[in-house]
Amino acid sequence: MADCTESKIDVRGCKIHMRRGGSGEPALFLHGASGVAGWIPAFQTLSESYDLMVPDHPTYGMSDEPDWLDKMDDLAMFYLDFLDQMDLDGVHLIGNSLGGWLAMEIAIRSCTRIKSLTLVGAAGIRIKGKPIADIFMMDPDDLVREIFVDQTYADNILGMELTEKQTDIQIRNRVATARLGWQPRLFNPNLRKWLHRITVPTHVIWGDTDKIVDPAYAAEFGKVIAGSQVTIIENAGHLPHVEQADPFVAAVNDFINSKAA
Amino acid sequence: MNVFMFHLMPYAALDMEKRDRHPSAWITLPNSLFDPKIGFELYNRYLDELELAAELGFDGVSVNEHHQNAYGLMPSPVVMASSLARRTENCKIAILGNAFALREHPLTLAEEHAMIDCITGGRLITGFVRGIGAEFYSMAANPTLSHERHMEAHDLVIQAWTKEGPFAFEGKHYHFEYVNTWPRPYQEPHPPIWCPSLGSSETIEWASHPDRRYVYAQNYSPFTNVCKFLDQYRQVAATTHGYKAESSQIGWTAPVYVAETDEQAKAEAAEHIEALFNKFLYLPFEQLFPPGYNTLASQKRVAAHKRSIMGGQKMEALMENGVIIVGSPETVRRKITECHEVLGFGTFVALMHFATLSAENTEKSMRLFAEEVLPAIQPLSDREYRGFEPSAAAAE
Amino acid sequence: MKVFAFHLMPYGALDMSYAEEHSSVWLKLPNSYFDPKEGQILYNRYLDELELAAELGFDGVCVNEHHQNAYGLMPSPVVMAAALARNIGDAKIAILGNAFGLREHPLTLAEEHAMIDCITGGRLITGMVRGVGCEYFSMGANPAYSLERHIEAHDLVVRAWTEEGPFAFEGKHYHFEYVNTWPRPYQDPHPPIWCPSQGSSETIQWAAHPDRKYTYLQTYSAFASVLRYLDSYRAAAQNIYGYDASSEQIAWCAPAYVAETDAQAMDEARQHIEVMFNNFLPKISQSMFVPPGYMSASSMKQIFAHKATLRGGQTIEDMVERGVIVVGSPDTVREILTERHRQAGFDHLLLMHQFGTLPADLTEKNIRLLATEVIPALQALDDNNYRGFEVAAAAE
Repeated sequence: MADCTESKIDVRGCKIHMRRGGSGEPALFLHGASGVAGWIPAFQTLSESYDLMVPDHPTYGMSDEPDWLDKMDDLAMFYLDFLDQMDLDGVHLIGNSLGGWLAMEIAIRSCTRIKSLTLVGAAGIRIKGKPIADIFMMDPDDLVREIFVDQTYADNILGMELTEKQTDIQIRNRVATARLGWQPRLFNPNLRKWLHRITVPTHVIWGDTDKIVDPAYAAEFGKVIAGSQVTIIENAGHLPHVEQADPFVAAVNDFINSKAA
Repeated sequence: MNVFMFHLMPYAALDMEKRDRHPSAWITLPNSLFDPKIGFELYNRYLDELELAAELGFDGVSVNEHHQNAYGLMPSPVVMASSLARRTENCKIAILGNAFALREHPLTLAEEHAMIDCITGGRLITGFVRGIGAEFYSMAANPTLSHERHMEAHDLVIQAWTKEGPFAFEGKHYHFEYVNTWPRPYQEPHPPIWCPSLGSSETIEWASHPDRRYVYAQNYSPFTNVCKFLDQYRQVAATTHGYKAESSQIGWTAPVYVAETDEQAKAEAAEHIEALFNKFLYLPFEQLFPPGYNTLASQKRVAAHKRSIMGGQKMEALMENGVIIVGSPETVRRKITECHEVLGFGTFVALMHFATLSAENTEKSMRLFAEEVLPAIQPLSDREYRGFEPSAAAAE
Repeated sequence: MKVFAFHLMPYGALDMSYAEEHSSVWLKLPNSYFDPKEGQILYNRYLDELELAAELGFDGVCVNEHHQNAYGLMPSPVVMAAALARNIGDAKIAILGNAFGLREHPLTLAEEHAMIDCITGGRLITGMVRGVGCEYFSMGANPAYSLERHIEAHDLVVRAWTEEGPFAFEGKHYHFEYVNTWPRPYQDPHPPIWCPSQGSSETIQWAAHPDRKYTYLQTYSAFASVLRYLDSYRAAAQNIYGYDASSEQIAWCAPAYVAETDAQAMDEARQHIEVMFNNFLPKISQSMFVPPGYMSASSMKQIFAHKATLRGGQTIEDMVERGVIVVGSPDTVREILTERHRQAGFDHLLLMHQFGTLPADLTEKNIRLLATEVIPALQALDDNNYRGFEVAAAAE
């Protein structure tokens, strides 16, 4: 049951598609490689506590494809423009997978408008010998299966009849992800050294059975980002906010209420 | 008609049972399956075969580039072209092609091509390819940038070959303060440029441009597709670019096998042709078409035909679709002549060794082809071609 | 001792009036000075010369890499090595060297070396060089990272050759998700690796490391310097790593010219050797030769003390006296080289038999005289002729 509005936001000539719902402190959810499926239950629940915004990044979903977007750095700067333009303060930034990488790139540049950071199955750094799974080489159907522990989620997705438009978006999202993360593969070798610039309370949430970004990364972020907290969600894969929506939202709220009120 | 012999130089001794434990013969097939002692024999045998082709009267020999796989053991066709340079005399040497844009330094290839062109006194043909999807994994190059980089690498190389250095090249993907290539190519303004392709409208539009007029050579396609694209080249030249394309700009590449009779040819070729398509060439979709490699429209089109790309091919079907030409000398002669009547290609590139085909049968096929087919097809020209009428409507 | 024929392949047909407008033949001398027709003649002549040397009994032939200049026309020694591969019988082919760290894709070179090693059945020697300072301008590579990249590129290549693929290489400068090099080299574990150098202590120490024990090649310097550097390699092995370097790890390269008498040799060689040293080689301004970060400050100072003469105005007499070159009758040359061996104990001697503008007829005569009257005696030399390292140290 979607309880959100959908609109286009124009940021310096680049129009992005955004879903927004709820009220309270602003929260910005940054999606991962496969884009935004819709106003999922976790978003609905989160919107009960926050003014939740879930945009499609430029070049993804239904957003514009600007010609200035070459690298993840550009996307991070775009979102700083976005925050300025929307005049948002005290934002709870939540990033999943590629969106987690993006969230860190934003935060190391400026935490001025940010109140807390939540990383969910985040890409962005590399532990030697433990690459992120090669999502480009995997058969897309296999990829869907690898993302979830509970295969009924995968069954549902794989069983869907996609419209032409949805197929286009799927292809688009894959290209956008390749553009940002082909080489180096889904990480920025220059990110780790600046993570100390994240000065807001940081929460690292990971599915215990994440086959895309190994849970070892959760511990690594916990170690590298000063004062951060790590929460492992049981029986969850790469998208704990999908598979375990309630425990996920509870974890998010608990952290924010206790550490970032 | 100019007739070339093309070699892929596969690792013919591949252990098929082990190969089948991996998704393909590309990228992740462990190189422990390569035995250098066998490699030594195969390389020398294959070079002998190309030198034989030159001796037998083919207009040229041809090699190409593929990385980290058992399908084609020439990550550097420059090595092969160099080796052939002084051991062949009057024939052309065609590198079909090098993927200039897979490199951060396309000029290293430009230098090598210029060297070979000088050594051979202007017998080099330079093929520009984007690189098949799998290379983007092996070479860590970003497929979403493939088209852009390909164009820019091309421009850089042409400038390096034709503009007096030193000059700065300030591109988006390539930026060099001092481009001043020594040596320069032998041929004026540079070696002829060809664009081998599996069938691409973008390539056609680009290659046929009047500033370029590059030879477009299509490979591994059902004949209906070959017709579609080769005619499209002529159509685009006429309606988009306003000139009449020469038949010398049109090329067709196909595996060819000749034996004494049709039946014998089929019997001798079947296993090896099928190995070529099903064991060596076969690539899963994601390795063949990583994201961004194709335009959106192209990607959707190939996704629709996904099932039929490269897997489970049978020789009969390949022959019927005109992807390959297999038969007695008379059959092969007739087939090529008939196809020429329809399409008028001025260049024919014959892949005469494929996959696990033995040395003896390769040589036999080559000799039969040289003795009984070449003399009939080399003289073919526009006289035998039915011609092409560009349609008034804009090109597709 | 193994004696090799080393070729630089200079653009011997250079119009010498270039000097009126240009101060150097490197980087900025416009490539319009290169005439491809002359290039064709020179390249084929030079390849003939190396083939002749091999035929006449040299143990091997050598080529190397330099970009965008008239001093050496091989931006890709791979092309030359490949052209020679099947034409020189059992002689070795040494690429001395390729600058792996100049590339963003050192693996393209690794692939090429593996191909050549397979084609030749294991006759390749792989030289790894950092590339002289000038190349950093041509290639747009950052000299501040030169040593780091060189070492990392080396590690990447050696792993690619020896470790079963696919594996990921996660370096600082090089990062590849899928390293799985096909083909693999013929030689086990890989071709011997040599380190040509002009005297960099970092290179010496790195090459002498017991994990590597790479043959160190010192190129044209006054012989006193050559001796000092070769001895410092032995010293490094002993003092830093605690082992006695074998003479096989020591190599020297020098231009050598033989004629019927000493006087005739000096006369015939004079103009051409002086062109090489005064026109082709020097007048490299400091910043082109040693761009920022290319070497440590202490190395820089050391090199410049000994390379003070690398600035032109040298006579053949100077160079003979300092032992930079060896010129004379067969007896004279043989004696000098034997004496040099007595002092430095190099097991590998590389003789540059062509230099600057030395024409074809004199080059051929030189090769023949060297082959018949000089090198057989040298090839018989071994450590029995060498005064030994400790003695040299005491004598210093």
